[in-house]
Amino acid sequence: MTEQAASFKGDTTIALRHVLRRDNFELNVDVRIPASGITGLFGESGSGKTTLLRCIAGLEAGMAHDRRPVHLRGIGYVFQEPQLFPHLDVRSNIEYGRRRSTARQVDRDQVVEMLGLTDLLDRSPDGLSGGEAQRVAIASVLLRSPRLILMDEPLASLDQRRKDELLPYLDRLHDELSIPIIYVSHSIDEVSRLCDHLLLIDAGKIVASGELHAVLSRLDVPLLSGANAGCVVDARPQRYDKQFNLSELAFSGGVLSVPGRYELRETTVRLRIAAQDVSLCLSRPDGTTILNIIEATIDDVRTINSSSTLVRLAAGSDFLLALVTRRSAARLDLKPGDRVFAQVKSVTVKR
Amino acid sequence: MGFAGESPIFGPLLLSAQLALVTTILLLIIGMPLAWWLSQTQSRFKPVAQAIVAMPIVLPPTVLGFYLLILLGPNGAIGSWWVQVTGSALTFSFLGLVIASCVYSLPFAVQPLQSAFEALPRQTLEFARTQGASKIDAFFSVAVPMSRRGFVGAAVLSFAHTLGEFGVVLMVGGNIPGETRVISIAIYDSVETLDFSSAHQMSLLLLAFAFVVLLSMFVINRRWSLR
Repeated sequence: MTEQAASFKGDTTIALRHVLRRDNFELNVDVRIPASGITGLFGESGSGKTTLLRCIAGLEAGMAHDRRPVHLRGIGYVFQEPQLFPHLDVRSNIEYGRRRSTARQVDRDQVVEMLGLTDLLDRSPDGLSGGEAQRVAIASVLLRSPRLILMDEPLASLDQRRKDELLPYLDRLHDELSIPIIYVSHSIDEVSRLCDHLLLIDAGKIVASGELHAVLSRLDVPLLSGANAGCVVDARPQRYDKQFNLSELAFSGGVLSVPGRYELRETTVRLRIAAQDVSLCLSRPDGTTILNIIEATIDDVRTINSSSTLVRLAAGSDFLLALVTRRSAARLDLKPGDRVFAQVKSVTVKR
Repeated sequence: MGFAGESPIFGPLLLSAQLALVTTILLLIIGMPLAWWLSQTQSRFKPVAQAIVAMPIVLPPTVLGFYLLILLGPNGAIGSWWVQVTGSALTFSFLGLVIASCVYSLPFAVQPLQSAFEALPRQTLEFARTQGASKIDAFFSVAVPMSRRGFVGAAVLSFAHTLGEFGVVLMVGGNIPGETRVISIAIYDSVETLDFSSAHQMSLLLLAFAFVVLLSMFVINRRWSLR
């Protein structure tokens, strides 16, 4: 039994309301997401991510509320495995949805150029690599001018090299188009890089939703403990040290040095700092190999299991998370309001 | 078809070809929705429908022909209605043969189509739907072209099987030159009358035809799978 609706009231938010009961699984979602940017849908395998997408698209049978058939919903779907039509060449594939749609918000040539398909148009889908095929699938969906695009782990079937090759295209999608996207992933890295907004799903229910930075800094979500715990901060390139090949990136709480060169014209760079890469000192550490030491105030402390404690630090207007042992937390008597020095062992640059 | 009775070989050959062609076209039209339904349905009647469709493979043609004779005959359910409407009988006519052949060759059209439809990736059709295609549109623009091997298989098997039918034709159509005397009947006739030379010619023709048709089907399939 299902009951559902994805409605677009006004232009600022999209309401997702879906209930579906199966033998040993229940999906029950009632949440609003922004009608712009990329919303990540993050959860473990079997948490209901794909089922929720299929409900939104109308691909799950037996719906009660939204009776519109799939093809009239105007919702594009990018499957994990690119679904191209083998009997059509790339050009006809990307024209398939466009010919069946009355909306024409998306410019064909812009999409072809943006996804790097110019040289592929006359090819048969058979000869494409996984990454190329996924780009063609994404172009097909864009050219249908959907009101909402659902992407179900579009990178999951690709190897790391292909992933790295496709990710910049997804960044451009985000920057150049105004169509809202729901992006399913079980990789917190992908979500951190691409999304503006985050939904966390567990056992068919949305357990957290909100702006990406805010959701990632929550301590009360079990899904975000352990290796998934970590914050993102947006930083600005300041200076490049040629001798050691390090760039200084400034965020609200200080300056972080990262390997590589970041041009000043790149307005902001998104950095992810995993909680397990942050350790804490009560005094400014001396004689350490750690480059990045940020002075911060403890904002919240939470024991997440018998041996680990997650600490949230306020640094400027940003948050950092630190994963420490319960024993250390007890020994140093960490509590909200304390001034500490966070040693950041590694920073990954997301874009 | 009046002239067809004149040549002992050409007439039956032409009649067989006509019968097979008409039957094949009709069977593709009937078989397509039937095979699609069988490939998609989760109805509990599916096994029943499958068994009914497959029956002509198992039944002796004489059994099938016997029932069809009863059904299509001037006193049968369909036959009597036909006589009322048109004034002529269905049995021992070309039209009667077409109906009988459609029943007889139905599984040979439905089964290749059904397996082709069942092999279609479900998500590709779902993708077509999310791309704005209605169910019918997705069927004709995606399912049918992606199943073309199934269509070739269904057409070839229906055509060849109809060409080779004997028992059903004999029961329902008899042996009327130019009307129901198809090539398999003509061969039988030639042998009966010890005209081995005609029998040889017609048999050899059918043998060569069967080989060429099957060969070209396998060559086409090979080309498509290599693409």
